[in-house]
Amino acid sequence: MSIGLKVEGLVAGYGETVVLDGISFEVPAGGTVALLGRNGVGKTTLLTTLMGITTRHSGSIRLGDEQIEGSPIHVRARRGLGYVPQEREIFPSLTVEENLLVSVLPGGWSPEAVYDLFPRLKERRRNTGNRLSGGEQQMLAVGRALAGGPKVLLLDEPLEGLAPVVIEALLEALERIHSQSGVTMILVEQKAELALSVTQQAIVLDRGQIVYRGSSAELKADEVAQARLLSVAAKH
Amino acid sequence: MTNPSETQKAGGGLLAGMSPWALAGHALPWAIAIGFFFIAEGYLSFGTQIIIWILFALSLDLALGYAGIVTLGQAAFFGFGAYAAGWFSIHVSPDPILGHLFAIGLTAIVGLISGALILHTTGVTFLMLTLATVLIMFEYANQAKEITGGDDGLQGMKVGPIFGKYEFNLFGHTAYVYSLIVLFIWFVIMWRVVKSPFGRSLDGIRQNARRMRAIGTPVWWRLLAVYTLSAAMAGSAGALSAHATRFVGLSVLSLLTSGIVTVMLILGGTRRLYGAFVGAIVYFVVQDYTAKISPYFWEFIVGGMLIATVLFLEGGLMDLGGIARRQWERLTGKASKP
Repeated sequence: MSIGLKVEGLVAGYGETVVLDGISFEVPAGGTVALLGRNGVGKTTLLTTLMGITTRHSGSIRLGDEQIEGSPIHVRARRGLGYVPQEREIFPSLTVEENLLVSVLPGGWSPEAVYDLFPRLKERRRNTGNRLSGGEQQMLAVGRALAGGPKVLLLDEPLEGLAPVVIEALLEALERIHSQSGVTMILVEQKAELALSVTQQAIVLDRGQIVYRGSSAELKADEVAQARLLSVAAKH
Repeated sequence: MTNPSETQKAGGGLLAGMSPWALAGHALPWAIAIGFFFIAEGYLSFGTQIIIWILFALSLDLALGYAGIVTLGQAAFFGFGAYAAGWFSIHVSPDPILGHLFAIGLTAIVGLISGALILHTTGVTFLMLTLATVLIMFEYANQAKEITGGDDGLQGMKVGPIFGKYEFNLFGHTAYVYSLIVLFIWFVIMWRVVKSPFGRSLDGIRQNARRMRAIGTPVWWRLLAVYTLSAAMAGSAGALSAHATRFVGLSVLSLLTSGIVTVMLILGGTRRLYGAFVGAIVYFVVQDYTAKISPYFWEFIVGGMLIATVLFLEGGLMDLGGIARRQWERLTGKASKP
């Protein structure tokens, strides 16, 4: 099975401060991972380090057949890393369509393909980014990442603060993306139940280290382990 | 694997799908400029001056307004273009179009090199470096007397007729029309650029450069490209100024020149294309009228207007149009209700 993403001995943080202390894991191409853990254990930092936004002290990152740990941010995006940040970071002065157009890379999803996935965005195509609901912003943030034609999609708490109906629609869309394009997905989520039910693998972080790696289904079934690993986060 | 991206129709007929009102809005400034030529004979030099500064302010709008490159170094390119055009007319050929193209090309190269040296910095550091660029150029022009004439300015410029036919006459007919055509060409280029995906990506960079990197945009290269284009436009304005007045003095490279063009742009409104038009016209007209009343008073008026604009009109004087339209719509909206 070919490699989607392989991380070895990753030590990273903000400036001198170490947040991630020796992270190693591997995801096969087309695999899906739930990245779980309590607040402040380094989940977001792991994503930003993969993207090249945070300072990496040591360790390697392999995307498909390429080592990318030394590449600048925009090159990582062009090699196939798609990042949906927690803050969404929609460009407020650009319309929905323009937000998508500025993100299109060769081999990426066209705005039409994104509209096909999120019909709601098509209705809103002429709206500027600051005139969208939270759910629409989230759809746009995902669509914008798809426009770059990602091989690996990094999603940072995409469901946070959304209404149950919107959560359902978004999860459905994520499954469609996965089945259509075979993209590898890493999903950071506080709602462990949901995240475990839509992914194959689970990784749990604690204080910058991996404390659990296994199948999502097993962790979902094992409530004792869940309580031990995620006790605060699991209650929502 | 992923859906192939379809070819994007970004610009495709700039006027397509525009309402009659919008079309009229676009036609108005150009109609006024053409009308001015026929009714304001004695003021054509004044008009030419305004056109040149509109172009200069537009160049700044591209860098400062659209791309968010906060620069005070735009005079470096304006001045460089002026000196390049002047030098060309004395030493190579008096043909104004050749000289103009020479000035544009050379200024673009200067923009490219200086941009490559300083665009990796941001904020105050970048601002200081742009200031330094102007100061260095100014001092170089001051010292290199055999090229620039130093403090006396560039003497003995010969400006030939355009296409060997249209002489630059005393009344400024040719200079006015020529400058207006150049402004129009640049305006269309800039319009295309800012409406293109490239232009939209500049908007994104201004708002969130890190996010743009994360979606795969080579931010530094984009900024360098737009900085170079902006420099070429400013150089073009400088060349027009040299040809229209047949003189280039050190003042084109002064910090004050950078300051004035910034005031014009902020006054008129950034990122509006026509903001540069409004700003330059208002600045010159206010200067002209108030200076007649009191030569010491006009800067006070301009300063007051600038403060009022910054405080009350986020988008510059161009906002007044929007406010007037909303008022009109409210009134007519009410009137149309039974």
